[in-house]
Amino acid sequence: MLEFEDIQHILLTRAPALNGHYEFLSFRSAAAGQEWLSAIVERVQSAEAMQETVAENARWVTVAFTWNGLRALGVDEASLATFPEEFRQGMVARAEVLGDTGSNHPDNWVDQTNSAALHAIAILFSRNAEERARCAAEHLKLLAGIQGVQVLSKLDIEATPPFDHAHDHFGYRDRISQPVIDGSGEVPVPGGGKPLKAGEFILGYEDEDGPPANLPQPEILSRNGTYMAYRRMEEHVGTFREFLKQNGETPEEQELVAAKLMGRWRSGAPLVLAPKKDDPALGADPQRSNDFNYKEMDPHGYAVPLGSHIRRLNPRDTAANMNRRSMIRRGGTYGSHLPEGTPDDGRERGVAAFVICASLVRQFEFAQNVWINDKNFHELGNERDPIVGNQDGTLEYKIPNRPIRRKITGIPSFTSIKGGAYFFLPGIKAIHYLAGLGTRKDPK
Amino acid sequence: MQDDWTTPAAMAIPKGGFFEDKVEQGRYGPVYPKTPACYGFTIIAKIKPGTEQIIRDYGNKIENTIAGLPEALEVLKLHYLRWVLFDIGKETYFMYQGIFDTDFDKYTEDAVALFAKYGISTIFENLEGFPEDWKTNAPAFIKFVRDHQRPSFLEYGEYPYVSADEIKKALRLKAAFSKMLDEMQ
Repeated sequence: MLEFEDIQHILLTRAPALNGHYEFLSFRSAAAGQEWLSAIVERVQSAEAMQETVAENARWVTVAFTWNGLRALGVDEASLATFPEEFRQGMVARAEVLGDTGSNHPDNWVDQTNSAALHAIAILFSRNAEERARCAAEHLKLLAGIQGVQVLSKLDIEATPPFDHAHDHFGYRDRISQPVIDGSGEVPVPGGGKPLKAGEFILGYEDEDGPPANLPQPEILSRNGTYMAYRRMEEHVGTFREFLKQNGETPEEQELVAAKLMGRWRSGAPLVLAPKKDDPALGADPQRSNDFNYKEMDPHGYAVPLGSHIRRLNPRDTAANMNRRSMIRRGGTYGSHLPEGTPDDGRERGVAAFVICASLVRQFEFAQNVWINDKNFHELGNERDPIVGNQDGTLEYKIPNRPIRRKITGIPSFTSIKGGAYFFLPGIKAIHYLAGLGTRKDPK
Repeated sequence: MQDDWTTPAAMAIPKGGFFEDKVEQGRYGPVYPKTPACYGFTIIAKIKPGTEQIIRDYGNKIENTIAGLPEALEVLKLHYLRWVLFDIGKETYFMYQGIFDTDFDKYTEDAVALFAKYGISTIFENLEGFPEDWKTNAPAFIKFVRDHQRPSFLEYGEYPYVSADEIKKALRLKAAFSKMLDEMQ
């Protein structure tokens, strides 16, 4: 039985929000961090509280901590040492594993998430921009009253038009494939795979391999918590649109090139089920849009190229142990919308996402290292994920076709990493535990 | 695919197993380089006294497993595995040598899961220093493997860098071609 009253809402639910606001915080002292946490914990909703009040609420708050942040709050060394290696090192130290090299290197990040002083993130999702402004002002007031909690950076999240469905700045429909957690009450969509044991996403529960093991200590700190990889990924919309123009003569051909990079039409319709022509109704229908496999339906990639984004991030029946590689995605787009036909204004716009999983090394880092950035994935030889892979203009992209395949060389980078961090997302009881660390006797 | 498979190649490897100027970091530590003999490992560990026969018996056990389920290890992209027992003085050592096409780091959890599933790991329980909690502690399992890896100082390939998948593809093509020729007679 999942403890819905203790699990932070972001893990199990998606707020009906069009706007959001992230604040990256640093604690100058344990006391300051604890004071802030004591104040904000009352606003952090559990999954249960969120569902009970979703109709009357307009804002949803989440807090999470880096390993440095847990230390800054006063978690003792013995406890800190029980957290997994990759989380202790942090995202910056894992840059090479993640493919954050070259222009994606943490030295080029813009939001100070590359700083060891990054301790916490406060995430706000709001129904609208007015509510966001109100909450941000209130948080500012709270911080003004506490000496020693510094805001390193902030980011506003805005849905991009049209607002009838979630999509990124390139226009690709988002939120199509999400894992379903056993016991969450959610029903998997056809083709979406069976519900997975809660321990794949939440600490303290049985996972796909058996009973929980090696959890961070003390138990009150880890139970109902999990890990969250934050990625701020700029989307170079101008570069992307120019690429489509150069590689497709007609608007229809350009649309097909966009679909071949993703594996789905921008409407979300999968190429396996709609190989020649877009089918927006299919894309919008969750009962049908995931109902396909690769082994029987598209083994050679004539519909969905072997190196396309969706084939890499979810190889379905063409990879082993898929049940141990699943992740929950949350977040949204940031920056202004660039209308079609408008030259790129050079402003930063992109996706600021959270990847939630119980093991960063086994789930998130595997996806980054093997699925996204392995040049030889599916024996492709000289490719990386065309959308989110580390591209430096030297790699290619092969589109299988009869009688001969098409090979596009010199793939530009459509995306750049601009910030990121590993956070621990504690349960509600654990937040109270962290907030109260100062009042307990130090064991040392 | 990389370099020319028609020209045999040899590669000398520095002490320690890495080329210092191009060490690639993997999820569980530095990745051993790909050589003309593809990726691989040579794990050498002392066996617990009195377990030699137990270990030898695994030979038949695994032979039967693979006979019944030939695709059991497919995901590991293996070419060859070699298991050897040998003595140094009064002590017996186990050597486990594998040659495969993906660096071990990439599919390491898959390997641990497979070893557990098909009983290969149980053989490791007879090795000194093997973590008792290996079933629930993949990082400890991986650390044991890395600690006992003895890197080559030379590797050679008669058809360098060719993957098992490419070899199988070529042989399939050859078989299909000769079948076609036979049918044309």
